[in-house]
Amino acid sequence: MNKKYEEIVFLHKPKENKLKYAIVAFLVGGLVGLLGEVLIRIYVSCFDLSRNDASLYMIITFIFMASLFTALGFFDKLVVKAKAGLLIPITGFAHSMTSAALDYKNEGPIFGIGSNVFKLAGSVIFYGVVSAWIFGMIRYLWEVLV
Amino acid sequence: MYFINSFLFCGIVCLIAELILDNTKLTPGHITSIFVCIGAFLDVFGIYDFFIAKCGGGALLPITSFGHSLIHGALQAAEVNGFIGLLIGMFDLTATGITAAIIFTFVFTLIFKAKD
Repeated sequence: MNKKYEEIVFLHKPKENKLKYAIVAFLVGGLVGLLGEVLIRIYVSCFDLSRNDASLYMIITFIFMASLFTALGFFDKLVVKAKAGLLIPITGFAHSMTSAALDYKNEGPIFGIGSNVFKLAGSVIFYGVVSAWIFGMIRYLWEVLV
Repeated sequence: MYFINSFLFCGIVCLIAELILDNTKLTPGHITSIFVCIGAFLDVFGIYDFFIAKCGGGALLPITSFGHSLIHGALQAAEVNGFIGLLIGMFDLTATGITAAIIFTFVFTLIFKAKD
């Protein structure tokens, strides 16, 4: 009885099309990377910036767009479709901050926005700093000792 | 060539993340944290600098470049200030991204309300 039930459940479960998700993530992520490179070229040629400065402006542009689109409400729908394609680039970082801030806005500026804004992005910064410090120590000691 | 490399690098990083996301129980939070650690690790012997030199913007956008920038700034300051430079320079290169994200979040949170 139980086994039959499980079989029926298995048959009617909506199948996740993993291949489709993977291709969409690859294409969207690739387009984001391509757009980044295009923006760097545009900034270098139009505003006469060095390549380093242009890449900073490019990252700021992406953060601006991700924050704005999240605040306008349609970035969430894009994330549901593209998943990792938009979560892994820096857009995901900005998206998590803005959506957390908007979600907790009604709990006030201090305990709502201020303390929740890094709810998701905080783990990225925290583990980034920890791992960067550990690997930096290794590299530094390597150069000093060897 | 830069453009194709950008497309491929950023796409492949996202593809790996998507495969992990679909085939394991890890959430996007886990994956971004893991990728930041991987980015920091790849900078130890300058592998990520090679990617940036080859792929340009495509290598700067994934979250792995965040970890790379953290350790890169720390090591740059360590060359000048010695051991304490690891702490001084940690946020040197990522400060732009974090500050911009905080300011834009603040402004847009004041203007807009959550949509449900």
